[in-house]
Amino acid sequence: MTANLTLIIVAATSVGGGVYLMLERSLTRVLIGLVMLSNGVNLMLLVASGPAGRAPLSKLAAPEEMSDPLPQALILTAIVITLGTTAFILAMAHRNWELNGHDDVQDDVEDRTVRRLAAEDVPSDTYDLTQRGEFTADDEQTVSVPPELPDPVGSDRRDEDS
Amino acid sequence: MNLLVPLPVILPLFAAGLNLMLHRRQVAQRVVSTLTLATVVLLAAVLLVLADREGPQVMWIGAWPEPLGISLVADRVSALMLLVSATVTLAVMVFSIGQGMTSEDTGTPMSIYHPTFLVLVAGVANAFLAGDLFNLFVSFEILLFASYVLLTLGGTGPRIRAGTIYVVVNMLSSMLFLASVAAVYAATGSLNLAQLSQRLGDLPEPVALVLQLMLLVTFAIKAAVFPLSFWLPDSYPTAPTPVTAVFAGLLTKVGVYAILRTQSLLFPDSPLQGLLLGAALLTMIVGILGAVAQSDLKRMLSFTLVSHIGYMVFGIGLATVAGFSGAIYYVVHHITIQTSLFLVLGLIERRAGSSSLLRLGGLARLAPLLGVLFFVPAMNLAGIPPMSGFLGKVGLIEAGLEVGTPLAYALVGGGVLTSLLTLYAVAKAWNLAFWRTPEQAHEMVLSLRSARDGGARDLYERLEARDLPTRLPYSMTTSTAALIAVSLGLTLAAGPLYGYTERAAEDLKARVVYVEAVLPGGSR
Repeated sequence: MTANLTLIIVAATSVGGGVYLMLERSLTRVLIGLVMLSNGVNLMLLVASGPAGRAPLSKLAAPEEMSDPLPQALILTAIVITLGTTAFILAMAHRNWELNGHDDVQDDVEDRTVRRLAAEDVPSDTYDLTQRGEFTADDEQTVSVPPELPDPVGSDRRDEDS
Repeated sequence: MNLLVPLPVILPLFAAGLNLMLHRRQVAQRVVSTLTLATVVLLAAVLLVLADREGPQVMWIGAWPEPLGISLVADRVSALMLLVSATVTLAVMVFSIGQGMTSEDTGTPMSIYHPTFLVLVAGVANAFLAGDLFNLFVSFEILLFASYVLLTLGGTGPRIRAGTIYVVVNMLSSMLFLASVAAVYAATGSLNLAQLSQRLGDLPEPVALVLQLMLLVTFAIKAAVFPLSFWLPDSYPTAPTPVTAVFAGLLTKVGVYAILRTQSLLFPDSPLQGLLLGAALLTMIVGILGAVAQSDLKRMLSFTLVSHIGYMVFGIGLATVAGFSGAIYYVVHHITIQTSLFLVLGLIERRAGSSSLLRLGGLARLAPLLGVLFFVPAMNLAGIPPMSGFLGKVGLIEAGLEVGTPLAYALVGGGVLTSLLTLYAVAKAWNLAFWRTPEQAHEMVLSLRSARDGGARDLYERLEARDLPTRLPYSMTTSTAALIAVSLGLTLAAGPLYGYTERAAEDLKARVVYVEAVLPGGSR
């Protein structure tokens, strides 16, 4: 089959730009990246349909002259799906902005905890639980409460939410 | 031609629409959802019997001439997956109805929950039935879209945070899937799985390898196979419990099913079996080490979920009849057990107000029934004989020994080690949450600097304040107990079930059965 070089280059550029934007922190940029990525992939589908031909309507063109209609149907479906997702991500970015005043993608809770514990040089809860968690019945030790330390990252440790 | 085949997809979709119209009438919504899901269970059971007796059931949508339209296929594997997923979703639906009726939790709008849940069910069913690659893509999108909504239900801060990562990761994998669809179409001119299974063999090896890798990476993201698993333990725990339960049970398994289907049907003599086996080993070990290190039960279970995906990929990577059969049995076992564990966690959260091991203690005395409900599936997950977890692992280990390569031996060792570490993780959770007294837990938490921020009270303080519900709604406990009974039933029915999965695995290995059923004329 023959492929259209221009289309391939445009698709590649668009996918590359999309991936670059997706590595950003701001959800809006990630969204634009996703849109570019999906446009690039849709162009790939168009490349897959081979050379352009006439409209695939019976009686208007001979089957050999027609362009392949299937990838176009696939592209339409993909566009609709991307549209829905774009709307959803926009809503999520807005909600994020409402809650936090920005739309940055935030780090994993656990990552932040690990980083904070490392900075404070404190063992994790699981270590404490395994070391001291299994009290025996006659274990009457009194545990001293260490002095309060400022929390450098903020009290985002637990997502108390059910 | 079988008109029953599309019904597991169509019925939930219609019910979802109906539920949207009934959004002011909660009782009507509950009735519609429960009845629909119960019907889907029946349909799936009928399809299972038909597929086992008469071979794969095929339906060409829209009555196009045969290789052109969209086909839905229910063969032995699909029908079994369909039945298990329908059973699990029914149990979760009953559970969530119980949860919604008694809680004043405004963070979970139930009127949206019902239609979205049904759309999710339709998407999962469509993924199991899809007979072509693009239909599989669309069903992934259906179920993912429903899952985006369910995961961010209520739009609270943590859910939005977790949802962002989840949506972006899944969008990326969907784009990769679409790119693979384009590449497959460009290389072969078809997307029908049966046709592809004939045409892909004619391709030059490097081209087929690229296609296989693209599809594998796509599905590995969905199935949370290491190193593509990091999104899962971060996003699942923040959702409402029934949602986490159904996600944990079903969504990753849809990815596993897609890997199984494409590996067995499209790339039977795959050069990537070593890669799959290596990924399986790392998934098991890294996942379970993550689980051991967690102090929150929800996160711990999410990590065991990742870890046990490794077992299924192990079976698929072996690519023998015994391997496939073990993997299918393990999927069935794991769907029921992982879902019931998350449901039990929902009960614990309701009864004790927290799922963190730092704040729990003395549950065995406080709620003995809860202890039983947690203990049985937890031991099942760890693979204590004679439960289904043990049987599934034995099946896979036997399949590994039968293959007998050094890598297969390494996986057998890894599987045993993972099983032991799972036992360690759940036993630790049991000791902390159920065995020690709330006073001890309280003393512990006071001595831990890290646990005191966040301001949440622990079980001891809550007991002192007497603000905990003393009994749990019946529909929550009975649905959980029913699901656990089903998982125990997998032990009792292990003989016939293994016979069935073996026949399913032989079909997968032979490929002819599927191709002949979809394209009777053998059209290429």
